[in-house]
Amino acid sequence: MTIKIAVIQFPGSNCDLDTIHVLNDVIGVEASLIWHNHFKEAQFDGCVLPGGFSFGDYLRSGIIAAHSPSIDEARIMLKDGRPVIGICNGMQILTEAQFLPGALLRNDSLKFVCKWVNIKVENNKTAFTNKMNIGDNLAIPIAHAEGRYFTDNLKELEENDQIVFKYANEKGEITEEANPNGSMENIAGVCNLEQNCLGLMPHPERASEKILSPKNTTHGKLFFESMIEFIKRRTS
Amino acid sequence: MDAQEFIVEVVLENKAAARDPVGTTIQKDLLAKKGYDNITNVRSGQYLRINLRAVSEKDAKEIVDKMCNELRIFNPVTQNLTILKVSKS
Repeated sequence: MTIKIAVIQFPGSNCDLDTIHVLNDVIGVEASLIWHNHFKEAQFDGCVLPGGFSFGDYLRSGIIAAHSPSIDEARIMLKDGRPVIGICNGMQILTEAQFLPGALLRNDSLKFVCKWVNIKVENNKTAFTNKMNIGDNLAIPIAHAEGRYFTDNLKELEENDQIVFKYANEKGEITEEANPNGSMENIAGVCNLEQNCLGLMPHPERASEKILSPKNTTHGKLFFESMIEFIKRRTS
Repeated sequence: MDAQEFIVEVVLENKAAARDPVGTTIQKDLLAKKGYDNITNVRSGQYLRINLRAVSEKDAKEIVDKMCNELRIFNPVTQNLTILKVSKS
């Protein structure tokens, strides 16, 4: 079976081709770049909302894209149990579309932060983390100005195991110093109740090949390998 | 009643529970440092000036309110929306 993944391109997406490259050339599945108005969910096993500045971040990051027809298609996909991941601007779109709880606010520093960070795995039951272990400390870069995670319902998130990643230091300790943007509880990624939708601010597609990592790591690959494993399990 | 043109002015701002580093920076790093230490708080936000056709001021306000809620012009998780003013164009 050929696994087909759609990478949705919005006006202003800029991590779309990196994601296509990793899926096609590193992971070895059939990934297609699909313009947001042309996306038809029935043709795909999963989809990625890539990073960038969809619609120029106008009004709020992700809000205009959240009204795109592609989001209605992604909603059908999720209901059907297929996996959908939003990376960086993709996460902002997924929260604005209310597929994921919470919202992303301007970084506390008011600066665009672009650096390698560590994130600790808090939930390895999702469609994108099944190849990880709880407590794994992944090296992965971030690049955003609006990544401060905020929710008015933290307790529910904790109770439902929807917090998937937290920013940590190199030792895997979740500290205030390791929090790059002021996110509540150091939250770097959250999932939906069904655990087939993940949003995270860090960029796994930039951390999937040794040549790109200052530490020769390929932790980003685990996200896509988990996604493929999830698709294989649900279709077998 | 014939429709006429109105202007509805809207402000979006973060809820009190959502920190506003822009407002804090203006207050602490500019105003307080320049001697305006009587300024106790600044909150930043976004301002929208919307022109529309409606039959009355009330109608104009209702249309904008409905639109902002329906299309999430403000994010109810983090923001409040205030209609500042409705006037004839």
